[in-house]
Amino acid sequence: MKINLEKSTKTTSEFLHDGEVVEDLRRQMLKFATQQLGDFHLAEDAVQDALIGALKNVTSFGGRAALKTWVFAILKNKIADVLRSKQKTVNVSSLQGAGEEDENEDFMSLFDQKGGWNHDDRPSQWCDPEASLSQKDFWIVFEACLDHLPPKQARIFMMREFIELETDEICEAADITINLLFVTLYRARMRLRECMDMNWYQRSQNHAELS
Amino acid sequence: MLSCREVTLLLSESLEHPLKLRERMALKIHLAMCDGCHSFEKQMFSLRGVAKQYVNGLADELIKCEDELPPPPL
Ligand SMILES: [Zn+2]
Repeated sequence: MKINLEKSTKTTSEFLHDGEVVEDLRRQMLKFATQQLGDFHLAEDAVQDALIGALKNVTSFGGRAALKTWVFAILKNKIADVLRSKQKTVNVSSLQGAGEEDENEDFMSLFDQKGGWNHDDRPSQWCDPEASLSQKDFWIVFEACLDHLPPKQARIFMMREFIELETDEICEAADITINLLFVTLYRARMRLRECMDMNWYQRSQNHAELS
Repeated sequence: MLSCREVTLLLSESLEHPLKLRERMALKIHLAMCDGCHSFEKQMFSLRGVAKQYVNGLADELIKCEDELPPPPL
């Protein structure tokens, strides 16, 4: 048992001191942090802090995947701290106007006059037919759909779903009312849902039917 | 009686905070009768699961019928 423990501790430590692994990890972290914070320098600082924190607290891990999960959890906390203190550290202009980007978007076209689903727009079950499309493509489609959201809407959505900030924290960081937050998240989800439905779930279904 | 559109608004809101009892009851009745909104509800949970997984890099919450997703590209 003792040998195993030492071995796995060493493995983690090795990962964190392997230049190539850390470079790769840093690149992925930087991409994520920049996406969340909308500012490259803030992102660099958060990534640096997270990596230092990780090195300081090296414990044993199952391997590279577990290490990545753990380091990203640390990074997520750093990003949450930055966002919470946003009004003090940077201007919030990058977030102002969220919700106004598409204020006319009410998705009414999906519904009939009484508010019922139009026949063609009625959601059907999401279910991936066995790997008819490569799994890697799923994340490509997801990222593309995220990119298609109006930028401020995307930031609010990510604060809520990626960084898991509380609603009042987001309202403060983005300087919006709770009602506008609900509407913004609704619009983001409606768009993402439609985009994923069209570009992944229905596409893979058609693919499966054809083959 | 809630319309499907009102149901989608409530379902999204329910991901932010617990709904009032009255709202939950009205939702329950509608969802029991409406396939479209029932699917919509599941899709909302799926989106939240996908977002979690995107950040966590490792699968535990899932979305898809049975299969697991690969680690995200982050
Ligand atoms: Zn309905």
